[in-house]
Amino acid sequence: MSTLEIKDLHVSVKTEEGDKEILKGVDLTVKSGEVHAIMGPNGSGKSTLAYSIAGHPKYDVTSGSVTLDGVDILSMTVDQRARAGLFLAMQYPVEVPGVSVANFLRTAKTAIDGEAPKLRTWVKDVNEALERVTLDKEFAQRSVNEGFSGGEKKRHEIAQLELLNPKFAVLDETDSGLDIDALRVVSDGVNRYSTQGDRGVLLITHYTRILQYIKPDYVHVFVAGRLAESGGRELADQLEAEGYDKYVKAAAQA
Amino acid sequence: MTATQTVAEALELSPVESHLHPEGSFNVEDHAVPSGLEEIWRFTPLKRLRGLHQDTPLDGDDFKVEVDAADGVTAVSVPAADSARGASGYVPVDRVSARAWEAAQSVFEVTIPANAVIDEPTTIRLHGEGLEKAAAGHLLVRAGQFSKAVVVVDYDGSATWAENIEVVLEDGAQLTFVTIQDWNDDSVHVVTQHARVGRDAELRHIAVSLGGDVVRASTSADYLGTGGSVEMLGVYFADAGQHIEHRLFVDHTAPRTKSNVEYKGALQGKDAHTVWIGNVLIRKEAEGILTYESNDNLVLTDGAKADSVPNLEIETGDIEGAGHASTTGRFDDEHLFYLQSRGIEEEEARRLVVHGFFNDIIRRIGVPSLQERLVASIEEELAEHVGRLA
Repeated sequence: MSTLEIKDLHVSVKTEEGDKEILKGVDLTVKSGEVHAIMGPNGSGKSTLAYSIAGHPKYDVTSGSVTLDGVDILSMTVDQRARAGLFLAMQYPVEVPGVSVANFLRTAKTAIDGEAPKLRTWVKDVNEALERVTLDKEFAQRSVNEGFSGGEKKRHEIAQLELLNPKFAVLDETDSGLDIDALRVVSDGVNRYSTQGDRGVLLITHYTRILQYIKPDYVHVFVAGRLAESGGRELADQLEAEGYDKYVKAAAQA
Repeated sequence: MTATQTVAEALELSPVESHLHPEGSFNVEDHAVPSGLEEIWRFTPLKRLRGLHQDTPLDGDDFKVEVDAADGVTAVSVPAADSARGASGYVPVDRVSARAWEAAQSVFEVTIPANAVIDEPTTIRLHGEGLEKAAAGHLLVRAGQFSKAVVVVDYDGSATWAENIEVVLEDGAQLTFVTIQDWNDDSVHVVTQHARVGRDAELRHIAVSLGGDVVRASTSADYLGTGGSVEMLGVYFADAGQHIEHRLFVDHTAPRTKSNVEYKGALQGKDAHTVWIGNVLIRKEAEGILTYESNDNLVLTDGAKADSVPNLEIETGDIEGAGHASTTGRFDDEHLFYLQSRGIEEEEARRLVVHGFFNDIIRRIGVPSLQERLVASIEEELAEHVGRLA
């Protein structure tokens, strides 16, 4: 049983006009076994939240805290956070030329586990993980994300999620740009991961579409750098019907 | 009539006025001592050449040659006067090359018989055993019609070495020719290579430059018939104070020929300097050719400098394609972030990115033992300096 706790998180980025605050006090607690959906309009800061948790150097945490089972993760490097049990599935996974998927996955698995995976079972595990997200096993020999279609990149992220099996997964718009078949494949992967029961999911999305396949326990509306409202699944239905207008207007008047 | 004249006439090329195509001469006096201002010398630290470009005698013999010839390949040293040198049509294009031509007492000739298909590489190891006396060498590799072979020249030790290399591919020959500069950090090596590619012949030319104080390798290729193909792949790694210079020139002298030049280099440490010049000339006769050249540099630390100059001169409009690209950059933070976000430590992530950068070329070399050795060499370079990666 683990807890990822975000308290009063303020995050800025450097722009030409000076520092610009993107996150303006985010409070959120995710426990293992829970699926939280964070929904919001473009530019609300959803991705900033994801990248700040993962530790991207572009984002500067000015105040607040993020802890994993009470341990401060903001003082950790990006790789330490991953080894502590965090995983970020990226909206735009990065191409790493010349590094094969097989080599990348083995290196990552070794880093996360602190020991090399057993050769005999590992190849089989990788092939099966790729197969589950309908990627051919020849993908293991290709360079990481290089020349992958948008959908293949997302499915590759989910294959990593299953192989590395972190305590908490932050999925940053993993559903965007996917056709319905790919969306199903990706959702199935997330569901296999979350139904283990002791893993937490923070699902960041712009659309309600993916919530037909992944059933969140909690839905949060994210507007102008903070949570505007939190509720259960019914909140997603309300957003589907009414959109974000109400929240955007309220935030503008605040 | 000499072999050179015969070949020159066989080519029947229209004259071309191009700075890419200097007039050669066997006469040393026709090549003035360079001042460093000349286009072909402006990147080279002449002061560190130990007089190779001036008049330093090239009569040293502090080196050893070891040959491991594959079955069917002959590799022997022949007195210069009795040798077939000049068979590639090469005429020295600069003073160091003309001096090396004049000074070489013997020519090392590697001959692959016609129709022989030989998987096992033929390796020539040149081991330098002293810097004081400069020396000159000449290597001639001849691949017979429809032969297929791999020839590796492996340099190590300490030497001050001026050299000409000629490579001749007869019609339909396939040759992989590899040079590995694994010198000690005090060596100076100025080498000029020329390849003549026959009809439908395929040359894969692979240059690996890791060691040496100054390495300057000028490599040119032209075509004796249609359908010839040249692939030039290069990998280099310059450390503090090292100067590594590659000058490539592909002269498309025949129709429907192909060339692909790809060099990748990494630099680390103060005053590490690399130079890449990629010249391509497409002659009026060279209709329907296809050429591409690219150079990528990865600058790992402050204080290193990469020069990269692609040149393309086109004298016919009727070609299939011609292009070039050059990039020089630092580590991409997004690469590191992605790898680190999967738990991989920063140092390890940097290693992976550098290996990946070179792997694009290394995995295409096609000689497994060499590929393994290169990956290990790069790992060694990285291990040596990884603390300084910042």
